Amino acid sequence: MSTKIVQGVPMPGWPMRIFKGLVLLVFCAVVIIPFVGVISTSVAPNKQINESGGLVLFPKSVNFAAYESLFAGGVVTQALFVSIFVTVIGTVLSLTVSCLLAYALARPSFTAGRPILLIVLFSMLFSPGIIPTYLTVKGVGLLDSIWALIVPTMISAFNVVVLRAFFMNLPNEITESARIDGAGELKTFTYIVLPLSKAVLSVIGLFYAVAYWNAFFSALLYLNDSKLWPLQLVLRTYVINDTQLGSAELGTELLPPQASIQMAILVVSIVPILIIYPFLQRHFAKGVLTGAVKG
Amino acid sequence: MLQRSSLLRRSKTGPQQQLSLGRRLLRDRVLLLFALPGCALIIVFHYVPLLGNVIAFKDYQPYLGITSSDWSGWANFSVIFNGDPAFLRALKNTLILTCLQSVFVFPAPILLALLLNSLFSERIKRIAQSILYLPHFMSWVIVVALFQQMLGGSGLLNNYLRSHDLATINIIGNSELFHVLLTSQIIWKDTGWATILFLAALSQIDSQLYEAASVDGASRMKQLWHVTLPGLRGIIILLFILRLGDSLTVGFEQIILQQQAVGRDVSEVLDTYVYNNGVLGGAWGVAAAVGLVKGVVGVILVLTANKVAHIFGEQGVYQR
Repeated sequence: MSTKIVQGVPMPGWPMRIFKGLVLLVFCAVVIIPFVGVISTSVAPNKQINESGGLVLFPKSVNFAAYESLFAGGVVTQALFVSIFVTVIGTVLSLTVSCLLAYALARPSFTAGRPILLIVLFSMLFSPGIIPTYLTVKGVGLLDSIWALIVPTMISAFNVVVLRAFFMNLPNEITESARIDGAGELKTFTYIVLPLSKAVLSVIGLFYAVAYWNAFFSALLYLNDSKLWPLQLVLRTYVINDTQLGSAELGTELLPPQASIQMAILVVSIVPILIIYPFLQRHFAKGVLTGAVKG
Repeated sequence: MLQRSSLLRRSKTGPQQQLSLGRRLLRDRVLLLFALPGCALIIVFHYVPLLGNVIAFKDYQPYLGITSSDWSGWANFSVIFNGDPAFLRALKNTLILTCLQSVFVFPAPILLALLLNSLFSERIKRIAQSILYLPHFMSWVIVVALFQQMLGGSGLLNNYLRSHDLATINIIGNSELFHVLLTSQIIWKDTGWATILFLAALSQIDSQLYEAASVDGASRMKQLWHVTLPGLRGIIILLFILRLGDSLTVGFEQIILQQQAVGRDVSEVLDTYVYNNGVLGGAWGVAAAVGLVKGVVGVILVLTANKVAHIFGEQGVYQR
């Protein structure tokens, strides 16, 4: 009797392999089916949605009426602009601030490096709590401002630690030689360090972007004015709480069934993540691990 | 001779030590400028709120502000010490959820990682990983909405049952199943992603150990027990310590989103208690007191668990 040996482990028999495959298939289906259902329903014809009573897995035909009504300039269009603004501006600011801090902390000769590093590390140990954070944001005058969605969460200590670990791993000779050639800190940072760190910058940037795009509670907490609502809050109001979206909110007379509008809102908030997901995926295992090992 | 050795010593410590602190700060002014914005943000939005916890000891009135409000000693903590029913309800739900999460959410990624790791086809493994990691990047709003669409009254499951003349199951909005629902949502969202660390640890295990074990006649189960699990022990303990420190944090956004549907009896946890009583209810001092106790207990739990890990000879989160 000969069993095939792979990496020293004997191949399991067929029943075991089929069983494992089935388990994995079920897991993957449970993850994928909701997405398929939501996307299908958002483009399915009205008649089919009414017949099924809600969700449709296989649309008989495709129409984009729901999306047309969403982008007609009403509540959802507005929220989409808020979310895009917060995500783009927030990510740029977060990356800038985090990289500058991480670079300074990565320089072994930096005089104030030790105390500042401790400030960063200790902030990870203790979370200050909802109430004092709310009062601080109120105190700085950010309440009911779109900046309340960006500034309080602009820097993540964890990301700073990951970036610092990466910068410290860059070969010292490169930055040394730049300095000998007369480059100051700013020049070394922008022309030498940043171009060498594209991989880690894209991972951290994407993590920040996902966090900004997904932020829901900060909007609920800090914004009363529904004009400033990001997509996630609109999603909660009109999809989870099932508030009716009328022509007044949508800004159009064209009204597809609620179910397909709701699913279209969901799709609009999911698609950006699906788009950046492949880029994220290429790097994230590496990014997460550097953090875990060095953090 | 003496002179020479002292000279040597000086050159060893380098020119850095000779400069005064002010001089060195002046030399590093660009780096200081680099560090300033990030550092300021952390101080303003982390350490200042930390100090803001003093309102737990004050009779905080919004129109007076933090500094002008009167001190009230431990009065705000009476809900905790005297066992206010609403607080006890929140504590109870928190503890139930934390137990459910430790028992069901925590081991799930370990099992999934073992399954993924035992696949022989790299390609299937990669495809499965791509699919299973995806839910982690969805917001709680999306996850809750997806669960509604799948399991709600007019969701996919119940529509299917109805069309086949079977009894429908009330899952969403059913207070009896709420804790189970919360737990399964977390499993759906984060199990795949959480396998990353375990898979990394599994790939670190020396394949010679497996070879040696199989030469010695160890069955696959024995190999799992004697080679694989010991290889995962460090990371499991590390993550368990972190989990323990978070044991009073059981999912805030997730619960706030679904609280309306099931009522507070089953859905109020410590974090929602703080939010509902403080931000919505205006009992700032009491809410801050509960939040503060929760934070302090969390830190104590992490430090204790870490200590225990050290006693058992494990690395833990940090070393002294």
